[in-house]
Amino acid sequence: MLYREAGQFKSSYAADQQLFPILQDRVGVLLLLAVAFGVVPLVAGEYWFSAILIPFLIFSLAALGLNILTGYAGQLSLGSAAFMAVGAYAAYNFQLRVDGIPILLSFIGAGLTAAGVGIVFGLPSLWIKGFYLAVATLAAQFFIVWCLTKFPWFSNYSSSGVISAQKVVILGHTFASPREKYLLVLGIVTVLALMAKNLVRSSTGRAWMAVRDMDVAAEVIGIRLLPTKLLAFAVSSFYCGVAGALYAFCYLGSVEPDGFSLDMSFRILFMIIIGGMGSILGSFLGAAFILLLPILLDIVLPWLAGLFGLPFSNATVSHIQILVFGTLIMFFLIVEPHGLARLWQIGKEKLRLWPFPH
Amino acid sequence: MFAYRKPLLLTGVALTLLAQGALAAEEQFFPLVSYRVGPYGANGQSFYGGFVDYLNYVNLKEGGINGVKLVWEECETEYNNAKGVECYERLKAKAKVSTGPLHVMSTGISYALIDKSAEDKLPLTMMGYGRTDAVDGSVFPYAFPLVTTYQMQASAIVKFLKGKGGLEGKKIVFLYHDSAYGKEPIVALQEEAKLNKFNLTLIPVAHPGNEQSAQWLQIRQENPDYVIFWGWGVMNQTALKAAQKVGFSRDKMIGSWWAGSEEDTVPAGDAAKGYMSATWNVAGTDVPLIADIKKVVYGAGKGNMQDEAKVGTILYNRGVSAAVLSVEALRGAQAKYGKGKPVNGEQVRWALENLDITDARLKEIGATDLLPPIKTSCANHEGSGMVKIQQWDGAKWTPISGWIEGNKDLIHPLFKASAQQYAKEKSIAPIDCAKES
Repeated sequence: MLYREAGQFKSSYAADQQLFPILQDRVGVLLLLAVAFGVVPLVAGEYWFSAILIPFLIFSLAALGLNILTGYAGQLSLGSAAFMAVGAYAAYNFQLRVDGIPILLSFIGAGLTAAGVGIVFGLPSLWIKGFYLAVATLAAQFFIVWCLTKFPWFSNYSSSGVISAQKVVILGHTFASPREKYLLVLGIVTVLALMAKNLVRSSTGRAWMAVRDMDVAAEVIGIRLLPTKLLAFAVSSFYCGVAGALYAFCYLGSVEPDGFSLDMSFRILFMIIIGGMGSILGSFLGAAFILLLPILLDIVLPWLAGLFGLPFSNATVSHIQILVFGTLIMFFLIVEPHGLARLWQIGKEKLRLWPFPH
Repeated sequence: MFAYRKPLLLTGVALTLLAQGALAAEEQFFPLVSYRVGPYGANGQSFYGGFVDYLNYVNLKEGGINGVKLVWEECETEYNNAKGVECYERLKAKAKVSTGPLHVMSTGISYALIDKSAEDKLPLTMMGYGRTDAVDGSVFPYAFPLVTTYQMQASAIVKFLKGKGGLEGKKIVFLYHDSAYGKEPIVALQEEAKLNKFNLTLIPVAHPGNEQSAQWLQIRQENPDYVIFWGWGVMNQTALKAAQKVGFSRDKMIGSWWAGSEEDTVPAGDAAKGYMSATWNVAGTDVPLIADIKKVVYGAGKGNMQDEAKVGTILYNRGVSAAVLSVEALRGAQAKYGKGKPVNGEQVRWALENLDITDARLKEIGATDLLPPIKTSCANHEGSGMVKIQQWDGAKWTPISGWIEGNKDLIHPLFKASAQQYAKEKSIAPIDCAKES
């Protein structure tokens, strides 16, 4: 009853083509943004900003990037963390070497650099598919990390290879406090997420999905594989690159190549598997699940143990946390193999009929 | 009957509450951003076990520091940078009231926290790891690479080898973990190579280092006089076994302090015999303090180590010595800002910058020779720069040298330059150390 598009007539092309065609969706998204921009900064504490919200947004962005490549264009990749590393190091070097460059421009430059690297490593996708392509992108993971370690120019000859991100200054204002950084990250993520939402329903997005579903058939109906696949790699790497720059500048503050390990690539891949392949919302849900659940367990378990008077040491809690986390992942994959986004979709369909399902 | 009891009961409750309130005010909080599981969990267990044991020991033996009880909360990082930041943020609220120095025992996490801790005015100690140019307190007021740094250690190792019969024209291979940790000492070794005219070859090993045959093949071809070895975790035992395989004598191999614990040598079996390493704390339970901890803390059944046999190992004793320094800093802070009161981050920072732990004081604690004497200042957050060289005899580590100090005149200017570059990159205005007291 509440969520029904009946009676919403479109009388112009513009109305028919808007990003969220259903009124309830528009209101929902606007409300969500209003809360995120207006209410959260007022009520959340420093811990929430630095330890939960900022990493959540950054990893959502990275997952979104991978989702474009894997979920929409069907190209399995294990190099997301490496593209994040490219973004982080590129943004650092733009700030360092180009005098007076605005930070947002460095972030865009970081994305473009990552996109360029992504295109190079996307070339094999023309010949190999599926798991074999995953192995080829694994090369990106190892090569990029090796490259950043090997050539000290990238880290400005720092003796340890660690780079320390410069201050974030926009129009003379320094984004120093976690709250300001959160707002900056939120702004960038919102813009990029809406752009992605728009992109995947355009002809480009449809071409990606055609390639994903069957590339021979896509070729037959006139989609050129080379530009389509490479564009997917470029856009995906752009998102990962910006995420990497934000990771360095707004979250950790200092990064080393080893931090962008294969482990991180896998985590991003798990985010889109759990959240939902081929769904913008899924990237956010997946990032929330993978990032926040361990923290929640870490806080709840000792409290529960205390409640029942169990002698849990810190290490035991960690072990149990991994156990519960793994079990939950399996549970979700069995109950809903299409990810959390699918649950939301089912919920929406049910809402459409509610309260009279027959 | 109840009418009589109720007010009494209430008064009783009120009194207990009051007493608790008073107690709570006299607690000194330690944020323990630790790790006991994960790839390096075994190392963390010993280090943080020793750390917690000493805090317990101070509580049991003296009832805290001048009556201020030591309390702590642990948060597990699994040696993961992002988790470390999360833990730090979680414990920060409590640490802002009163805090002991923060020990994270991970170079990655300490790098991630170095700016944050300065902003939050919480002192970050990096004992034998972390950002080494933080020795320059004018740029890093809240970071303390206490005792000694990788560069000073490398320099001390070179000095030790020089003492064994000149280095001119000799060949030294530096085999290192290809990460921030392994790369830090390269600059120092290159400077030393120039000064002492030996040939230096750098051979990196990729993380985690459980495959080193190519590297050791190269070492066999080079046939160096010594191998200086900067390994961590599983890389250490692999290197020792690989050295045995290619027939490189282990008594020409000398490791860093993170490559010189029982966790490294015992799994390597007899391949480790004769292997040397640097250390800034000795092993063994015959140090009076360690023996006393065993008696007091473990006697009371409050020991933190699950495996009591590990009490007295290198890493356990390192944890104890880290706690000794932290507690000494708190004593110093209390002496200046009010005895019997908890101290906050700024006050602890002052104390860490004005530490003066003499041999006499170490003797009082019972920690003679457990760690070197330390005297810090604004310009020198390191405070000592001394290590001992120890050798594995197949069953235990035995020190084979006295305290050796690295070449400070050579190394400290490197720190200064690096810190200046950092200050420039981050546009930090350095404090004038001459004005600090």
